[in-house]
Amino acid sequence: MDPITLEVPHMLRAPAAAANQGANAHTSSQPIITGTSVLAFKYKDGIMMAADTLGAFGSMARFRDENRFMQVGDTLVGAGGDMSDFQYMKHMLEDMQTREYDMDDGQRMGTRSVYKYVSNVMYGRRNRFDPLWNAYVVGGVEGGERFLGYVNLYGTTYEADCVATGFGAHLAIPMLRKRVEGRADEVTEEEAVAVLDDCMRTLLYRDCQAFNRVRRAKVTARGVEVSEPYALQTDWSIADYVVGYGA
Amino acid sequence: PNSGFKFDNVKRNQLLNDKGFMVPTATKTGTTIVGLLYKDGVVLGADTRATSGTIVADKNCRKIHYMAPNMYCCGAGTAADTDFTTEMISSQLALHSLNTGREARVVTAMTMLKQYLFRYQGHIGAALILGGYDVTGPHLFTIYPHGSTDKLPYVTMGSGSLAAMSVFESQWRPGLSRDEAVEMVKDAIESGIFNDLGSGSNVDVCVITKGDVEYIRGYSQPNQRVAKEQSYRFPAGTTEFIAPKTRTPAEEATAMDVSA
Repeated sequence: MDPITLEVPHMLRAPAAAANQGANAHTSSQPIITGTSVLAFKYKDGIMMAADTLGAFGSMARFRDENRFMQVGDTLVGAGGDMSDFQYMKHMLEDMQTREYDMDDGQRMGTRSVYKYVSNVMYGRRNRFDPLWNAYVVGGVEGGERFLGYVNLYGTTYEADCVATGFGAHLAIPMLRKRVEGRADEVTEEEAVAVLDDCMRTLLYRDCQAFNRVRRAKVTARGVEVSEPYALQTDWSIADYVVGYGA
Repeated sequence: PNSGFKFDNVKRNQLLNDKGFMVPTATKTGTTIVGLLYKDGVVLGADTRATSGTIVADKNCRKIHYMAPNMYCCGAGTAADTDFTTEMISSQLALHSLNTGREARVVTAMTMLKQYLFRYQGHIGAALILGGYDVTGPHLFTIYPHGSTDKLPYVTMGSGSLAAMSVFESQWRPGLSRDEAVEMVKDAIESGIFNDLGSGSNVDVCVITKGDVEYIRGYSQPNQRVAKEQSYRFPAGTTEFIAPKTRTPAEEATAMDVSA
């Protein structure tokens, strides 16, 4: 039987190369330097987000001063997963901002637009079997309205009052849903900080990749503010109650 | 040899695997179970959903198993394994108690369970939370399918364990009162019920104190079916008929008999 030759467009013929600006893409993805949970929820003045400052190398605490937040105009992007892929995304977002600035048309990229851009990049890479191994949280206030969205390596997107990546999805989301979901208009900044710290502390107790150096960030109508790293108060007095494992 | 592990089938199993015949996975429950030590004893809690893949097999099953008059055991993992394992050790405990003339101790049950599960190298998928009050006081253990145990003041197991643990980690403190402990257990199980798809329906609670057990089936029922909007009963006379004909089962059988 004669083999059938198909003429495919250049984009599909060398998919990975096109996405990677000509470089030969790795055929299988695996995360190397990783960041764990990012938490976020809507509160009275806007969005509150938190993430620790660890870039882990497997089970090693390799980079302990990693900033997993990026400011894109008036939007805040938080990243979990592979940190080199996050750096690439930061590069893409910088280039995007430069292009937008050069257009000089008086338009400013809103939060929803930044979210759409990140989503399309993620889904496009997934279709080429060369994903950016991340989970992003995108938050901001656009036209007086709070926006909070999630995108991951598959290109799965959703918007909600509370979002979390990684371990946070299992440990923090139940707490956030109980305490702040549906109450965005009532939650004050003090309450929001308390809830966030409580969640980050729970993660510190139960996530092996968590780190006690945490950054908090908020987005309000006034813009983005990323805090300096701080440590959480922990209570290990339970250790007095743990003796042995049986008889 | 008469004793020790037999590895005769390893080669055969590997060959079967290579040819594409995989060992079928056991049906799991998907569960949230918790245990918590408080001032006067131990509180156990569990949800009531049993799943078979993505289908809810039982909307109101019992996951808190009787071990002894002063001891109960929550089970997560493979339902058959948790049911039969706890029943078996419960039976052994009863005989042991008669033999010794004493009330069963929690460490006895724990030792029997862990030695049994270790023998089966994790193939018996029973993840248990054992709690009770004996002469040495209140005790709370977790027992894993491979046979390891933990002795802790608060524990959670099952697919909803992280949701439940987030409640305990942010709220547990020593010296809780009975009402506070039961409320916390209820909150932890409800966290699993609403945030974990493998858990659902109601909250069962069991409070074990010195000389007393209170087993509260359905302590919280936050998922009750809504009342049907109307009666769907067909009124008599809906189906038109020309002439009625009645036959007894015996007459019917005779009429249907084609062999005659």
